[in-house]
Amino acid sequence: MESCNCIEPQWSADELLMKYQYISDFFIALAYFSIPLELIYFVKKSAVFPYRWVLVQFGAFIVLCGATHLINLWTFNVHSKTVEVVMTTAKVLTAAVSCATALMLVHIIPDLLSVKTRELFLKNKAAELDREMGLIRTQEETGRHVRMLTHEIRSTLDRHTILKTTLVELGRTLALEECALWMPTRTGIELQLSYTLRQQNPVGYTVPIHLPVINQVFSSNRAVKISPNCPVARLWPVSGKYMSGEVVAVRVPLLHLNNFQINDWPELSTKRYALMVLMLPSDSARRWHVHELELVEVVADQVAVALSHAAILEESMRARDLLMEQNVALDHARREAETAIRARNDFLAVMNHEMRTPMHAIIALSSLLQETELTPEQRLMVETILKSSNLLATLINDVLDLSRLEDGSLQLDIETFNLHAIFREVLDLIKPIASVKKLLVTLNLAPELPEFAVGDEKRLMQTILNVVGNAVKFSKEGSISITAFVSKGETLRDPQAPDFFPVSSVNHFYLRVQVKDSGAGISPQDIPKIFTKFTQTQSTATRNSGGSGLGLAICKRFVNLMEGHIWIESEGLGKGCTAIFMVKLGFPERSNESRLSFIPKWHANQGLTSFPGLKVLVMDDNGVSRMVTKGLLAHLGCDVTLVGSGDECLRVVSQDHKVVFMDVCVPSVDGHEVAVRIHEKFTKRHERPLIVALTGNTDKLTKETCMRVGMDGVIFKPVSVDKMRSVLTDLLEHRVLFEAI
Amino acid sequence: MEGVFQLQKQLVDYTASLFKEGFLDDQFNQLQQLQDESNPNFVVEVVSLFFQDSERLLNELTRALEQRSVDFKRVDAQIHQLKGSSSSIGAQRVQRVCIAFRNFCDEQKIEGCITCLEQVKQEYSLLKNKLETLFKVQMKRGEKRRRE
Repeated sequence: MESCNCIEPQWSADELLMKYQYISDFFIALAYFSIPLELIYFVKKSAVFPYRWVLVQFGAFIVLCGATHLINLWTFNVHSKTVEVVMTTAKVLTAAVSCATALMLVHIIPDLLSVKTRELFLKNKAAELDREMGLIRTQEETGRHVRMLTHEIRSTLDRHTILKTTLVELGRTLALEECALWMPTRTGIELQLSYTLRQQNPVGYTVPIHLPVINQVFSSNRAVKISPNCPVARLWPVSGKYMSGEVVAVRVPLLHLNNFQINDWPELSTKRYALMVLMLPSDSARRWHVHELELVEVVADQVAVALSHAAILEESMRARDLLMEQNVALDHARREAETAIRARNDFLAVMNHEMRTPMHAIIALSSLLQETELTPEQRLMVETILKSSNLLATLINDVLDLSRLEDGSLQLDIETFNLHAIFREVLDLIKPIASVKKLLVTLNLAPELPEFAVGDEKRLMQTILNVVGNAVKFSKEGSISITAFVSKGETLRDPQAPDFFPVSSVNHFYLRVQVKDSGAGISPQDIPKIFTKFTQTQSTATRNSGGSGLGLAICKRFVNLMEGHIWIESEGLGKGCTAIFMVKLGFPERSNESRLSFIPKWHANQGLTSFPGLKVLVMDDNGVSRMVTKGLLAHLGCDVTLVGSGDECLRVVSQDHKVVFMDVCVPSVDGHEVAVRIHEKFTKRHERPLIVALTGNTDKLTKETCMRVGMDGVIFKPVSVDKMRSVLTDLLEHRVLFEAI
Repeated sequence: MEGVFQLQKQLVDYTASLFKEGFLDDQFNQLQQLQDESNPNFVVEVVSLFFQDSERLLNELTRALEQRSVDFKRVDAQIHQLKGSSSSIGAQRVQRVCIAFRNFCDEQKIEGCITCLEQVKQEYSLLKNKLETLFKVQMKRGEKRRRE
């Protein structure tokens, strides 16, 4: 029972010291008791504390220490044995626990320390993740912005809207101070400020395009940071200390329609760029981040594509508008042309009729006059009148022919004729005029030239006459020689028609006619114009010669219709010229030569004995007389169709039927009405079948009525074979039947 | 040979008599001219058609004139047909009677019409007999010719 290691108390000063110790111990004990309470309190408060039993241990240690000090209080004075014992026990326990705790702490403190380091580590990691999260979120936002921007940009095809939207959205997304677009001008040497974000109407600032900074931007497809002081970034007059934020510029390729080749996407083939300049707010300390630059680049590309779409659309709409305009103009022109053609046709139709009527009167009466008794002078005069009026009639026909030729509606009248006779007639016609001018005209027909040929006699003669007439007209002196022979495919061809190979065959041959004159000649540059209608070579000598300029044009068309060719050779002015033409003619058949008589049509009086294949229509409601009429016509070789009523007749009648025989004394069928209807159905005269009335009424009234309704003839029943034969002959010759009996 | 010649003479005489008595006129000649190789039985065909047509017309005329109220328009049309047919083959006497018939019809005289109808029927049956005989002789001659 040793006393504790307390110091022996002194009396007065010692009493004081003892008092101090007493108080200190008391407080120490108090502290020692309160610490575990605090610890328990705070541990209870915290959720996690892994070392509870360490705490318990520590708490016990503290409590015991406190108990020790507390018990110390009693040991200042005289104290009993029990106190000693308690003191001792307390101390022993304290010692034990402290040692245990000390030992324990050796294990625990490193652990606690490592916890701390792990905590620090985790905190760092959390901070890092936070940062990365922030980055990802920013990127996603950027992506969203890009998508939205793209959507906005692509949702319209109007280029202004596209650009405006781009600027607005970019401004919003990146919170820009200002955003501007510089477009290249038409000349391509300047950039003009076209769109800005904040300023309403940008004044037309222009900047030359070949600045180094601009070149730098244009040469790369990335967004490039540029200095705020360069001309493209100075968008409005700056005053004072104005520190603008960082500026970035990016190029926007302006793609054109022809940049889009099929196999070669518009990479670097475009030369035109626009410049987009973006400025961060000046008062913030923001800098351009990489993701923002990427956003700007992507947007610039999208804008380029959208602009190119808009440009393509604009162009196609412009092309469409142009086409529509052209369409309208063409339509108008077509209608005008149609009107002109119609006017011309009307005019020609009128002229045809109005001019031909008096002409025919003159010609007819002159020829009648020729038949009467005349003195030789009178006869000469009448012959001249006749010749002149024939020429005039020919001219009228020429004009009409030309218009019909141009319409393409002219068809050649092919038949067998005497070839030699044509030349002789031309010679006869031209000799008087030639002798007046003292020109010698010679005709040379090759011996192998066939006497008869198959072709359009009238038009061939017209052609020869025209060519020879021209030769005579344009020669003041000298001679005219006409040669005609069969072309054997020689090499002398018109240089202007190298594809023309006249080759004879079994069925046809090419007649070649050369008319050489020693007249004024034609200069080589005028030769192509000769065959153009209404033009004449403008030399004073020829202007007086008259003529409408139509002749050669018509001849050319006739010759073309006859599958031939016509041209003129001349060595120059004053050296005469040669007109050459070749036409295709057929060989006449052997049998025809003996059977048909080659008297010109207007002399023929004997009818043909039969009309092979002539299609006729017979309308009669009496079965017996129908059959008899059919037998009659069939005997003459016609192809007869029978109808029994007016309606059937109108149904069946067609262009192929050349004649319609109608029984008109039948009360049940109004033959007159049928005739009128037929006239209505076939408006063109040459398409309409001839209508002949068969009637038993011999009175004049019937005949007049028939003529009035447009019948071409009247025959009185009964009809004999001979009568029918002569009727048909007359009908087909004259297309009208004056005689009725 | 003899037979054919005789038949031929018979034919010619008979035909001549028909013409003389006025049963046939020139139109019948025309019909005969129309008969050729392509149309060998033309005349027979036409005449047969005429017989058919005429019989029909005569029956209709009889019926029409038996009516209480006679439809003269219809009668006129039928007579016109008959006249046309008969003139087409050259039946002269029939044609003449038709003309008279027509006149009565225009005047709407029923008795006259009935009388004319009887006459037409008579002339028609006469003509029919004569023509049938003619054709028989022609056929016989044709046969004889073929046989020889």
